[in-house]
Amino acid sequence: MIKIDGLTKRYGQHTVVDQLSFDCAAGEVLGFLGPNGAGKSTTMKMVTGFVAPSSGHASVCGHDIGTDALAARRKMGYLPEGAPCYPEMTPRSFLEFIADIRGLSGEKRKQRLDEVIGRLHLEPVLSQSIDTLSKGFKRRVGLAQAILHDPEVLILDEPTDGLDPNQKHEVRQLIQSMAKDKLIVISTHILEEVEAVCSRVIIISSGKIVADDTPHNLAARSRYHNAVRLTAPDAASIGAIESAIARLSSVSTTETDRQHLTITAIAKSGGKDAEVLRQVSQLINEKGWNVGGLQLETGRLDEIFRQITGGARA
Amino acid sequence: MNMIKALFRRELRSYFATPVAYVFIVIFLLLMGTFTFYLGGFYERGQADLQPFFSFHPWLYLFLVPAIAMRLWAEERKTGSIELLMTLPITAWQAVLGKYLAAWAFTGIALMLTFPIWITVNYLGDPDNGVILAAYVGSFLMAGGFLAIGACLSAITRNQVIAFVITVVVSFGFLLSGFPMVLDLFSGWAPQAIVDGVASLSFLTHFSSISKGVIDLRDLIYFALLIAAFLYANTIVLQWKQAD
Repeated sequence: MIKIDGLTKRYGQHTVVDQLSFDCAAGEVLGFLGPNGAGKSTTMKMVTGFVAPSSGHASVCGHDIGTDALAARRKMGYLPEGAPCYPEMTPRSFLEFIADIRGLSGEKRKQRLDEVIGRLHLEPVLSQSIDTLSKGFKRRVGLAQAILHDPEVLILDEPTDGLDPNQKHEVRQLIQSMAKDKLIVISTHILEEVEAVCSRVIIISSGKIVADDTPHNLAARSRYHNAVRLTAPDAASIGAIESAIARLSSVSTTETDRQHLTITAIAKSGGKDAEVLRQVSQLINEKGWNVGGLQLETGRLDEIFRQITGGARA
Repeated sequence: MNMIKALFRRELRSYFATPVAYVFIVIFLLLMGTFTFYLGGFYERGQADLQPFFSFHPWLYLFLVPAIAMRLWAEERKTGSIELLMTLPITAWQAVLGKYLAAWAFTGIALMLTFPIWITVNYLGDPDNGVILAAYVGSFLMAGGFLAIGACLSAITRNQVIAFVITVVVSFGFLLSGFPMVLDLFSGWAPQAIVDGVASLSFLTHFSSISKGVIDLRDLIYFALLIAAFLYANTIVLQWKQAD
C-alpha cells in the first residue's frame, strides 16, 4: 500500500530524513516512533506530497506521489500535525467542503457525513466556529476530515496529542475498528499508544530507521523482559528477600526500590519464558513470605526507545 | 471544475464569516464616497459623468486590494491549513484559481455596492451609461490585476504584513510604470524598446482609456495576460515552496 524507497530530505547541509526505505500493507497499524526532530513529520509530509523529497520515491497504492500525486492523494486520508483547520468555519461547513473536494455526492455524501459526525461525536458543536472549540474537538474535526472518504490509507500525525485519557481511548478504538482492511500509519511519541494499537513499530532517529518490529518483539529486547517484580511486606525484610532471590539460578541481578518496597528480579538472557516467575513464586511459598504483589514484566518499551534512539547516553 | 467551485465557495464564505468582509466593504465605500465628492469635486464639476469617481479607483486599489490579497496564502501558511489544502486531491492550479476567483468576486461585490453613485448621477443628469459600464468593467479588471500580483506575493511568505508591503510596492511600480519616476530607472541604460515595454505596462494608461468608454481589445488582453502571468507565477511559487 505504501512503498518508500530511499526517501531523503535535506535542508541545506542538514539531513532530516536519510535514505528511508520500507513497505507496509493493508491491515497494518504502523506506529512511527522517534524523538522530537527525528524526521517523523517530514516523512509524513513527503508521503502525502506536501513536501517534495530531495531524493527517493514514495508511492501509495501503486501511485507515485511525485508523478501521480492526485491519484495517490485520493487514496489517502491525512491528519497533519496539530490538526490544522479553517478556524472561521463550522465543523459542518468544513466537512461539507472536504466532501465536495473528495467528490462525494448525493446519498453517499450524506451517509458518510452522518457516519463520521456520529463516530467522532461532533453533533454538539456542528454549528459553532472551529476556533471556539476545545483542543479535543479540533483534533476530532481533523480526524473526521481524514476519514470522511473512507480512504484505504490513513496517515495520522500525532492523532491523540492534546486529548484527555477518555478521548485518547476513543481515538484508539476508532483506529482499531478501522484497521482491518486499511493501512494506518500513526506517528507518536506516546509509547502506551504503540502498545495499545500498533501491529508494527518503526523507530527512527536522526532520519534513519533504527528498529522495525512488532511491539511485542521490541519489548522482548528489553532487559526487563521476563523480569518479575514483587512487593515486600515491610522494609525490615526487604534485604533478606532480595538476597534470597538473587541466588536463584535464573536471575541475573535484582533492583530494589526501598521507597515503594519493590524488588525486581531481572532474568538471565536466553532463559525460558516465565522461568523467573516460577522460581520466585516457589521461593515465596517455601519461605512463607507475605508479599504484597507479584508481577511478570513483558519488557519496557520506553527503555528500549531510550536505548536505541540514544537517549540512554544523554 | 467542481474542485474550483468547491474552493471558490469555501473562500467566499469565509470572507463573510469574519469581520474582514464587512470592514473592507464599509471602508471601501466610505473612501470612494469621500474621494469622489471632496477631492473629485463631483458636484462642482457640474458634469453628469463618473470621471471623478473612477479616477480614484487605481489609488484606492493600491492599498485596499493588497489588504485582501495578503491573507490568501500567507494566512494558510501561518495556520498550517495549507498542508491540509495541498494534500487534498487538487492541483496547484485549481487551488490558485479557486482562491483567486473568490477574492476577485469579493472585490466585485464591493465594487457593485457603489451603485448608489450611479443612481445619483442618473438622477442628477443624463450620463452616458455605456461609458459608465465600460469604466466599471475596466475597474474590475484592474482590481483583478492588483489581486493577481498580491496573490502571487502572498504565497512567498507566512507573514501577512510583509505580503502587504511588498504587494503595495510592486503594484505601485505597475501603476506608475508609464511615468518618469519608474521610466527613469530604465531610460539611462536600457534600450528604447525595453523602456517602451515598461511604459506600456502601466495600469493607469490602460485603465484610463477603458474608463473613458473606449474598450480596446489591447487593454483587455493586457489585463488578461497580466492576471494569467501572475497566477502562473503563483503556482510556481507554491511548487518552489514545496521543494524548499
